[in-house]
Amino acid sequence: MYTISNRLKIFSISLIILGALGWSYSYVNSHKSLEEVKEMLAYESSHGDSHDDSHEVTNHGSESNGDSNSELSHHSNEDTHAEHVMHQIHNRPYAALYVAAFFFMMIALGVLAFYAIQYASQAGWSPVLYRVMEAITYYLLPGALIVLLIAIIGDKHIFIWMDPEVVAHDEIIQGKSSWLNKPWFIIRALIFIGGWSVYRYFSRKFSLAQDNDSGNKYFKLNFRISAAFLVFFIYTESMMSWDWIMSVDPHWFSTLFGWYLLASMLVSGITVIALITIYLKSKGHLDVVNDSHLHDLAKFMFGFSVFWTYLWFSQFMLIWYANIPEEVTYYITRIEDYTIPFFGMIIMNFIFPFLVLINSDYKRIPWFIVMAGIVILVGHYVDVFNMIMPATVVDRWYFGLPEISALAFFSGLFLLIVFYSLSKAPLLVKGNPYIKESENFHY
Amino acid sequence: MGSSKFVHAIYNDDDVLLSAVKMVKGEKFHIEEIYTPFPVHGLDKAMGLEPTRIAIASFIYGCIGFTVAILMMNYIMIEDWPMDIGGKPSFSYIENMPSFVPIMFELTVFFAAHLMVITFYLRSRMWPFKKAENPDKRTTDDHFLMEIDPSDKLKDLEKILKKSGAVEIKIIEKESH
Repeated sequence: MYTISNRLKIFSISLIILGALGWSYSYVNSHKSLEEVKEMLAYESSHGDSHDDSHEVTNHGSESNGDSNSELSHHSNEDTHAEHVMHQIHNRPYAALYVAAFFFMMIALGVLAFYAIQYASQAGWSPVLYRVMEAITYYLLPGALIVLLIAIIGDKHIFIWMDPEVVAHDEIIQGKSSWLNKPWFIIRALIFIGGWSVYRYFSRKFSLAQDNDSGNKYFKLNFRISAAFLVFFIYTESMMSWDWIMSVDPHWFSTLFGWYLLASMLVSGITVIALITIYLKSKGHLDVVNDSHLHDLAKFMFGFSVFWTYLWFSQFMLIWYANIPEEVTYYITRIEDYTIPFFGMIIMNFIFPFLVLINSDYKRIPWFIVMAGIVILVGHYVDVFNMIMPATVVDRWYFGLPEISALAFFSGLFLLIVFYSLSKAPLLVKGNPYIKESENFHY
Repeated sequence: MGSSKFVHAIYNDDDVLLSAVKMVKGEKFHIEEIYTPFPVHGLDKAMGLEPTRIAIASFIYGCIGFTVAILMMNYIMIEDWPMDIGGKPSFSYIENMPSFVPIMFELTVFFAAHLMVITFYLRSRMWPFKKAENPDKRTTDDHFLMEIDPSDKLKDLEKILKKSGAVEIKIIEKESH
């Protein structure tokens, strides 16, 4: 049995407290009045801070108002501009919180899908890692509920279609309002979270029951519910990605967005499995995990990083090539206002893991996996950041106190919940028909 | 001088062969070559062969393909006959790069795969019209053949091979090089 060490407990609790304090401070600080914002803008323009008004207005105009006449009037109207900036400043703490909450929820959900794939494919190599995966998925229910809660409280600060003022002037959102309305959004979210959590609950229950069972009864049950869950998951994951991410830009759409997010999810999930496994091994637990298991995890990290790039590029190239205004505005905002995170993300999520993990021998060296893993996780945080921020704060972004505090808060919560769950059951499954194969796994 | 003796031991199971290799190696005999009808997992490690360097070659070939793709597309689409790609007549390689990525990817894979296969054949000394080297036709079907240098302990070796489960043991005289 593993017991959570006091140092880890204190570390994660202090992360939570520091994160909560930092976020509250930046939240209070973000309540700027229109006068203060005007003063700030005047100060910025007098100091030659290059602040491109035309993009600002075009981007925001295309999001909140489809009417081109009103866009022109925005352009000439200093007051409306200041108001937009004020809203963006107000939005920032909500968006920062939402990005971090979603990122950690996404890790847990990716691991849950990966875990279900292991059962459904009756994998022989991975049963020694099942308890680590089960512990990570323990975060899913609280994590997803928090994401939903932030979405409800954040309301129009994150989802512009939740603002009746905006919808009243926007025909495109009006046309989508049978899907994009708050009650239906919440009901859908509860169905997604409910379905995932029911699977999580029963698969964990069967996995524990199999420990003391002489036959394979619970393993077979787990196989069946995993296969059923994967069908449910691929539908709900896709819809979740429209609801929770894509709808922040309600005019924009991409048909492979669900797949794109799935790739992000799986690669960050598998990376976290590898990192926690390496941590546990370094503490003298899980000694049956050998370098062949790590090699396989690193292969998945490599493979899904390439898969992510494939989907990212497929989405980008088609939109870039076709150059249709309503689609391409998505990337113009990101390339012009988010140059460093946008291109940095491609380096962190593709070029770095590709070059570091391409060599077969390096995939067996723990510190190499840890190094690549940290870069991958940062890269996928930036990926989520790039999805949410341009729609909420436009060019008023910065990786500052609200973002760091939100990240600290949720990483603390994640660590605490995951390691609490790890201490609840033996670290090695027993009675799984493939456990012997997994223990002797070598490549 | 002139000729040297080799022992050919034939097995009919890959697991038996693998344990036999470990036994023979353990007795400090030198294994010249093993002929198998299919790749046997772990055999290279048991024989103590050096790890393959084909991965390095493959990486280099991939880089060559990548470079060729860039130079080729730059010549075709930018220099020789400038193309207006996607309604963006910038006539710059880097600004039109997204549309060349599929070609860069394909040629990387193409070069890596084909040159790797060719390298593998040449390195294994296989080329068209070459006479087969394997000493026993059954190694292309369901038997495994191990060729061992007995040095001067022929009797010991035969004993070990019998114990290891060989179905047939032959002594072969070969012209020495």
